[in-house]
This record gives sequence, C-alpha cells and structure tokens, in this order.
Amino acid sequence: MSSHSSVLGSGGALEIGEAGLAGAATGVRPPSPPRDRMQAQRFQDALFHQVTRFFAFSVLAILVAILGALLYGAWPALKEFGAGFPFSADWNPVTDKFGGLISVYGTLSTSFIALFVAIPVSFGIALFLTELCPPSLRGPLGIAVELLAAVPSIIYGMWGLFVFAPLFADYVQPLLSATLGNIPFIGGLFQGPKNGIGILSAGLILSVMVIPFIASVMRDVFEVVPGILKESAYGLGATTWEVVWNVVLPYTRVGVIGGVMLGLGRALGETMAVTFVIGNAHRISPSLYEAGNSIASTLANEFAEASSDLHVSSLIALGLILFFVTFVVLALSKILLMRLGRLEGEKT
Amino acid sequence: MSDSSVLYRKRMRTNRAALVLSLVAMAIGMGFLAWILVVLLYKGFGALSLTLFTQPTPAPGSEGGLSNAILGSLMMVGTATFIATPIGILAGVYLSEFGRRGWLAPATRFINDILLSAPSIVIGVFIYAVYVAQVQHFSGWAGSMALTLIAIPVVVRTTENMLNLVPATLREAATALGAPRWKVVLHVVLRSAQAGVLTGILLAVARVSGETAPLLFTALNNQFTSFDLNGPMANLPVVIFQFAMSPYENWNSLAWGGAIIITFGVLCLNIVVRTLFRKKI
Repeated sequence: MSSHSSVLGSGGALEIGEAGLAGAATGVRPPSPPRDRMQAQRFQDALFHQVTRFFAFSVLAILVAILGALLYGAWPALKEFGAGFPFSADWNPVTDKFGGLISVYGTLSTSFIALFVAIPVSFGIALFLTELCPPSLRGPLGIAVELLAAVPSIIYGMWGLFVFAPLFADYVQPLLSATLGNIPFIGGLFQGPKNGIGILSAGLILSVMVIPFIASVMRDVFEVVPGILKESAYGLGATTWEVVWNVVLPYTRVGVIGGVMLGLGRALGETMAVTFVIGNAHRISPSLYEAGNSIASTLANEFAEASSDLHVSSLIALGLILFFVTFVVLALSKILLMRLGRLEGEKT
Repeated sequence: MSDSSVLYRKRMRTNRAALVLSLVAMAIGMGFLAWILVVLLYKGFGALSLTLFTQPTPAPGSEGGLSNAILGSLMMVGTATFIATPIGILAGVYLSEFGRRGWLAPATRFINDILLSAPSIVIGVFIYAVYVAQVQHFSGWAGSMALTLIAIPVVVRTTENMLNLVPATLREAATALGAPRWKVVLHVVLRSAQAGVLTGILLAVARVSGETAPLLFTALNNQFTSFDLNGPMANLPVVIFQFAMSPYENWNSLAWGGAIIITFGVLCLNIVVRTLFRKKI
C-alpha cells in the first residue's frame, strides 16, 4: 500500500457501472458525471491523508509542548540559581533557596538499586520463559509477569509501606547490617535507623516494579534468536546454560541493554510507590537506610502546596531535569532495540 | 578420562545451578504478584460493602464510602478515553497506512514510544503549567487532559500494530473494487482490525485508571460529590493516597477498599485483553 492515489482511476468507472445498473433497474437515477466524482474522491482522500497526518504530527507537538512549557516554567528558577541548580543541596522554602541535588541523588540511587536487583531476576525470568518453561505454561506465566506491570503504582506504595517495610525492618535490615554492614567502605551504606523506609526500601520496591518491563523485553529479544543458531550449539553438546550465555546473550546483547534502559527509564520517573516508602526527608545521608527524596516524590509532595513562585518554578525545573533524563534514557533504549530489530531484519 | 569427566560434571553442575536460579527468579516474580494480591484481598475485602459505592467520602471517624471518588474517576477516565481514542486511532492510521515515506512517521513512532514510558508526574506538571496555573484553579478538566496525554500513546501504538496485522490483500481487494483510500481505511482496514483497536482502547483505560501522580495537582480532590468537571474533583487514586497516608483507621480501611476495586478492575481488563490478543500487542 505504498502509493495511495495510483488506483483511483478505476473508482470512477465502477461508480458509473453501479449507477448505470441502478438506473436501468429503476429508470430514475441518472449516472453522476464521472469527472466530478473523481475529483471529489481525490479531494476526500487528500483530506483524509492530511487529517491523519495532523494527528500524527500532534503526537510530536505534545512532546515539544511539554519541553517548552517546562522550560518556560523552570526559567525563573534556572535564572536565579544558574547552571548549578542540579548540584546544589539547598532546599529551603522559607528562605527561597532551592537546588536539585538531594532529589537527583534520591532518584539516581533508588533507580540504580532497582536495576541492580531487577537485572539478574529479569534475566532469570526471561531464561525460564524461553528455555525451561513447558510451552503450555508459557502464555499464562508470561501474562502473569506482565500483570506485575499492570498493578497501579499506588498499590505498590501501600503494600510497600504497610506490609513490606515492617517486615523489611524486622528481618532484613538487621541481617544486612550484621553482614554487609561490616565490610569496609560500603558498610556504612547498611547502617542506620532500621525502620523499613528509606532509599533502600524504595529501590527494592522499584525493582519489583521494573522487573516485568525488563523481563518482557528480554523474553521478546531472546525469542528472535534464530533457532538454527541455538540448535547448532546444542548439536555441539552445549548445555542449556552454555547456549544462553554464549549464543543467545551475545546475539541479543543490544536488545538486552535496550530492555535495561527501558527499565531504568521507568524507575527514574516512578512516583507513587517511591513517595510512600522513601520517607520524604530533604537530606542526603551516607546510609541507604535513611529517608530521602526523589525528584518525583518531591513533586508529588510539594507541588500542590508550593507557596512562592520561585518554589513552583524550582519544582518545575526538577520536573524538567527528570523529563530530560528519562527522555535520553528511553531514546537510547529505543535506538538499541531498533538496532536489534534491523539486525534481525537483515538476517531473515 | 577423568579430566574430561570432571569438566563434564562441572558443566552439568553449572547448568543445573543456572536453571535452578532461573526457576527461583520466576518464583520470586510470581511470589511478589501473589503476595500483593493476597495482601489486597486480606486487607481490602473487609472494607468492601455496598456503602462503598453509595456513600461519599466521610469525615475522619464517621461512616462513608467512596462514591464521589468512583464517580470522579469514571468521569475523568471516560472523558480522557473519549478524547484520546479518535486522536490515537487517526495517528495510528497515519503510521500504518501512510507511514511508508517521509520523516514524520518514523519520528512520530519514536517519540510516541518515548511518551509511552515518560514519567506521568511530568505530564501532571505540564498540565499544571499550561492550564491550572492559567485558569487559577484545579479542575476535573485538567485531570482529564493529563490522563488524555497518557492514554494517547497507548492507543497510537496498539492501533498501528493492529492495522499492520490486516493483510495487504484486503486493502488491495477493496482498492481494486474502486473504493477511495479513506473508505478502504475506515470501512475495510479499521473494521477488520476493530477488535484489536478496541483492545488498545481498553489497555489505555486500564493504564490511566490507576494513575495517581498526574492527578495530584490537576484534579486535586473533593470531599463532596461533584459532577462539575470545571472544579476540583474527587478520584479514586488520589483519595486512596490521602486516606492511606492518614492516621484515621476508617480512612485507611476505605483506602484498602478503593485499592482492591482499582487493582482488580485493572487486572481484569489486562487479563481479558492479553488472553484474547496474545502475541499481537
């Protein structure tokens, strides 16, 4: 369907035929002039084409509008605090001094904890779904993994705060303090108040939320590996693990990284779950047990109540940073996945 | 050859360990899903009652339900779906039917996929900046607009995928019969992909009905039943958020009741859609 106007010529002819038949049967309706009809059709087609084009264009316009509006809204704050805004740890609505460092740190640290946990688990799930799972269970289990992504984020937040955090504080945090906490250098990360909320809990709950995204991309890219490659490796006597590690993974590396980036993009912008469990304290501390704040949770907590214009503008500036960073990460993810798609297109 | 048998045993061990770990990973994933659902059922089931659907949100300590929040959510999600559906379908039609040439289609596809995963709270900030701050009050319209922007990419994506599944021969047959292009698309292509396109709309509904972040500072909240989209409007996610964070026991219990309604609604939509259209989404 690459050319859309080449076959229109026949349209008019057919219409005459129909009209002629109808005319013969009833003897009332004269055939309409073919030239007019063809012109009208050509006009309607062009109109339809332009209308759909307009709406496709509007998707682009949404993105430009978001960037523009955020930049405009953030301008007063950026002008006041300069390029150092993302690197300043000030956040004081009383004295009107704002900086993004605390929120940026919270966003980055929770997201990296999430990826650190989610990558191996997602890889395991994708491996299970593509290589181990009996075919009859593949569909239902795949859907079940995707359902993990469909649970609204506020539910993760409630579950995290009321169910996960108490258990985490009672059992896991003391354990981590007693083991990882004694290792030099990183030990300090696992010391501090054991109340179940804070950067680490937020990161762990985020990891549960991004697992389905990473796992389903990994599963999809694992499935594009040509069967003949895997069969050759099996034919040489490789074990399942060796096939996955030495054949499937190298072949799909680009796509796997794309999936991880997609997960990162999701984790960076996740709001409600983080807001529930991160503790909402505006400080940076060396311990992962301490409460903090991410960009999204700062926005969720303060935006509706922000009093001064500079406060609102600073919050919008945080939103701009978040949008820009997720945009870059997601664009990278998309490019990597497209590269894998092209690779596959060339092969088949 | 003891050397090779040692190596063989080592390889087998590694293999078995890896496969067991992958099984464990799957179990972890399923375990979390089950854990969350069981917790929801356990905490929320007691809160489910008829008054949940008939009474508006109460003051702390008194009896009430979530009727105003449910109504607000339905109105805003409905409005958002109503606006996003035509925009999304027409943009999807462009990508699949006219998108072979030119720069616009690849660019739109790319940007659409990014908007699909863009942080929803930023969409809220955007609507606040361009609408709420200009009219100086929170409103249901603002909430609907934010949800619309989140729903559009979902509809665009599924529409394009579903239209691509329609065999080219169908289009060619219709064109050969003399149908103009727009009739081919609207009456043949879209009609044969009808169920798939509907799927996309349902997925969009499922996606936006659980969204909290973009409503926090667009629709805000409202203690009373309101049909006025031009004023602050109660909605389930924000009510759940506020009630869950509150110290009052009856509010907490209502929050769990709301949570159970939303989660099972969204999950049912997803299950229906995904079992019907496995592989195609």
